[in-house]
Amino acid sequence: MPLVKNGAPAEDIFTAVADDAALPDGPVLVSAERFLKEADTLVARNDEIGVLWPNARDVAELKPYLSRLSVVALTFPKFRDGRAYSQARLLRERYGFKGELRAVGNVLRDQALMMARAGFDAFAFEKAADAEAFNKALATYSHFYQPTGDGRATARDVRVAHAGPAPVEG
Amino acid sequence: MYVYDEFDRAFLQERVVEFRDQVERRLAGELNEEEFKPLRLMNGVYLQLHAYMLRVCIPYGTLSARQLRALAAVARKYDRGYGHFTTRQNIQFNWIKLAELPDAMADLAEVVIHGIQTSGNCIRNTTTDPWAGAAADEVEDPRLYAEVIRQWSTLHPEFTYLPRKFKIAITAAKHDRAAIRVHDVGLRLHKRDGKTGFEVMVGGGLGRSPYIGKTIRDFLPEEDLLSYLEAILRTYNLGGRRDNIYKARIKIQVHEMGAEAFAQKVEAEWAEIRDGALKLDKAALDAIRDRFLNPALEDLEDAPASLATALADPDFARWHANSVAPHKAKGHAIVTLSLKPVGAPPGDATADQMDAIADLADAYAYGEIRVAHEQNLTLPYVRQKDLPALWAKLKAIGVATPNVGLISDIIACPGLDYCSLANARSIPVAQKLTERFADDARIADIGRLHLNISGCINACGHHHVGHIGILGVEKKDEEFFQITLGGKGNSKARIGELIGPAVSEGEVVDVVERLVETYLDLRTSPAETFIAAVQRLGTDPFKERAYAPR
Repeated sequence: MPLVKNGAPAEDIFTAVADDAALPDGPVLVSAERFLKEADTLVARNDEIGVLWPNARDVAELKPYLSRLSVVALTFPKFRDGRAYSQARLLRERYGFKGELRAVGNVLRDQALMMARAGFDAFAFEKAADAEAFNKALATYSHFYQPTGDGRATARDVRVAHAGPAPVEG
Repeated sequence: MYVYDEFDRAFLQERVVEFRDQVERRLAGELNEEEFKPLRLMNGVYLQLHAYMLRVCIPYGTLSARQLRALAAVARKYDRGYGHFTTRQNIQFNWIKLAELPDAMADLAEVVIHGIQTSGNCIRNTTTDPWAGAAADEVEDPRLYAEVIRQWSTLHPEFTYLPRKFKIAITAAKHDRAAIRVHDVGLRLHKRDGKTGFEVMVGGGLGRSPYIGKTIRDFLPEEDLLSYLEAILRTYNLGGRRDNIYKARIKIQVHEMGAEAFAQKVEAEWAEIRDGALKLDKAALDAIRDRFLNPALEDLEDAPASLATALADPDFARWHANSVAPHKAKGHAIVTLSLKPVGAPPGDATADQMDAIADLADAYAYGEIRVAHEQNLTLPYVRQKDLPALWAKLKAIGVATPNVGLISDIIACPGLDYCSLANARSIPVAQKLTERFADDARIADIGRLHLNISGCINACGHHHVGHIGILGVEKKDEEFFQITLGGKGNSKARIGELIGPAVSEGEVVDVVERLVETYLDLRTSPAETFIAAVQRLGTDPFKERAYAPR
């Protein structure tokens, strides 16, 4: 899974740990169930902790732990299943999550910009070619109609800043 | 109409480049069909029975003459010289080659039209009253809000991979000509204490589980329109079913949760975001309102003498009676162009007709054309004194069949002649019906009657809300047709009732004729419409006659 983080190839330092396996040293990524069951112990470790959160579970459950979490990995079982876009926006815009928001699963370049707009900053691509094309994919559009929490200028910002000429028949 | 600014144009150019890249990757094998499918669908490209089909978006059904000419050019250059207008105010081209699609898109982008979100599990083209801005019975022009929704919903990063497609319709008139109660979200613009707002309905829809939308808010102030829609969409995106394609529309979520519980969830979500960046303050609305160029209509008198003279001609009078509607401006009229000539597929127009209509729109109607969900075209700004001359020219190009709102003004899906989902061919049934009901005087006597045909349970032909609905089904490899009675798509929307066993293709026209004869025999007077008679009498007398032994 080639990982792209903050626009550049990155090594995945997190070890995914099965629910019944002992925790190794170093940063780990655990399931939602294990995380919630052992949250107090997990966030008390000296190592970074990440959680793999299913797209059918309310991300509000993570609220008490967000400041201690390094990674929330949201899943795209199929790229057509877009629940994680809403989860990402809630985590970023409503619950103020500042850590790494990682897209995992069926992650493809054609959705990368939308994911970024929803708040993802790390992408575990399925194909190496998609990881290589990441920055090109993010540059596909420079014009955005609707506001999200990503800070990109929207149609309204642009229009208010530069009131254009009066409309003529086009 | 709304005039695209630099922002809109730049965005569209980026879309064309993106799609060209995606097609190239598909042709090079870098994208497999499964990966490519949602990308092409998001650009309106379907793979049909015989070829790719391109569905072009006509935002809320409004076209300039120049845009209509561009559609004609695409029909000629990339297709077989015609296009098919749809019930969602769009147009489809049925014979486009994949390799040529990017060029067709680029040609359309020249006149700022495209196929964005005419397909796929995203927010589709927002539809509205084809008479918007002109209708005598409207509270306010709903196109401003349709445009606001268009911009907000275009490539929405959160709502592009929804459980299923999502359709919004908006009306601002007393008579609902946008079928808002059979949409995922229906918006009825109205005023309260001088303020503009919306009644919000959710969970309407046709298809295999038809539902009438439920009102979840009586009055939503205009400034909250987008935040409220975002709350609805988020509730749906997170909670809508994804386990079964037939249960994935919002209507099922609303039905399973109950409208009240659904509304509570939406209101709770909305409370979190209503004062955020989506607030439509005056500046935000004015920025879009100012880009609507509306014609400066002349100050004219109603019923000019030339019109009165022309009305002495019974042919003109018949056309005038069903194709011309009252306008909000004195001395003007709204004219519907019937795309339902006898013996032809409903909603089709040739490239030559499109060009001619564009010229007539320039000459007589301030260069503006609307697509109506009944698959006809409308000229919304015509001087009453020009009606006789316009009529003659419309007749000459075959778009003045005097059947608007009558039994042969049939809504039909493309059916098994084109569509890979269909069970039966809709078009031949429609053609035979128009031939059976070809007598102008007879259909005028029958009066208002909506007959809708779908080639399968997906109900693209809106058979559920036809006064008479016809649904194609397959039985032992043969095409059969179920008949429903009493459906309505307007503000008193209701789902038609199945009257009995499906009939063969050979029988369907006779059954319809017997239903009509039953009505003619039983109506209290010609003033009682078909649908009123069905409501008064119930379906029993119709059933008895429809299936009478022969």
